[in-house]
Amino acid sequence: MHDYLLATIGGLLIGVAAVLLMYSHGKVMGVSGIVSRLLPPTDKDWSWRLSFLIGMGATPLLFLAFASTAPQIEVTSNISLLIIAGLLVGVGTVIGNGCTSGHGVCGLPRFSKRSIIATVIFMGVAVLTVFLKSKMVGAL
Amino acid sequence: MKHLFAFVAGVIFSLGLIVSGMINPAKVIGFLDLFGAWDASLAFVMGGAVLVTFFGFRFVLPRGRPLFEAQFSLPTRQDIDMPLVLGAVLFGLGWGLVGLCPGPALTGIVLAPASIGLFVGAMLIGMALARRFGGKI
Repeated sequence: MHDYLLATIGGLLIGVAAVLLMYSHGKVMGVSGIVSRLLPPTDKDWSWRLSFLIGMGATPLLFLAFASTAPQIEVTSNISLLIIAGLLVGVGTVIGNGCTSGHGVCGLPRFSKRSIIATVIFMGVAVLTVFLKSKMVGAL
Repeated sequence: MKHLFAFVAGVIFSLGLIVSGMINPAKVIGFLDLFGAWDASLAFVMGGAVLVTFFGFRFVLPRGRPLFEAQFSLPTRQDIDMPLVLGAVLFGLGWGLVGLCPGPALTGIVLAPASIGLFVGAMLIGMALARRFGGKI
C-alpha cells in the first residue's frame, strides 16, 4: 500500500507543477517539447525552458544532499539498447508532438483528441513491447 | 520572477517523479508488464496528476491570461494525422524497451549519469534529427 500512497503523492506533485506552469507561463508542461525546442532550430522563447530543466536537475541533487537514501534507479546496462531506445523516444516524441507529461498529464484533462489518441497508442505499444521482450528473453 | 516560477515548477515536477517511483525504469517496466507481474501502483501517478490538472486548469484558464504572458499557449489542433500516430508508436517502443521517458530520464541522469546519459544523448540526437527532417513525413 506504501507504493500506492507514494505514487499518488508523486502524481499530485506532478499535477501541481503542470498547473503552476500554466498559471505563470501559460505553457503546457510537456518535457519532450521543453527539451526539443531548446535544440536547433531553437525556439525564440527558450529561456523559461532552460529554467524549468535546471529545476528538474536541482531536485535530485537536493535529494542526495538531504535524504538519507538515494532514489532507487535500476536500468539496463545494455549500451545498444539504451541508445536505440533513446533515439526512438527522441524521434517519436518530436514527430508525435509530446510524451507522457504533455499528452498525458496536460492533454488528457483538456480532453484533447490528439493527446487521448497519442496516449492510448504509446501506452499500448509500450505494454506490447514489454510483453514481447519478456517472451523473447524467456525463449533464449 | 518569471524564471523562478519555471524553476520551481521543474523542482516540483522532478520531486513528483522521484517520490512516485517513476524515476526507476525497473518499476516503470513493472507497470507496463500488464501480462506479467503487473505493478499497478504507477497508474496512481497519472491518476493523481490528471486529477490536479483537471481541476487546476479549470481554475487557471478562465483567468484569461497567465501571470507573465499575454496569452495561454494551448494546442488547438484536433486532427489525427500520420506523424502523431507514428510518433506515438516509436515513443512507445522506446519507452517499453528500457522504461525511460523524457521526464524521468532528465531527472535520473543526475543520479545515474553513465547509463541514463547514453539514453539522453541518443534522445537529444533523435530530437534534433526529427526537428530538422521530421516535417517531411
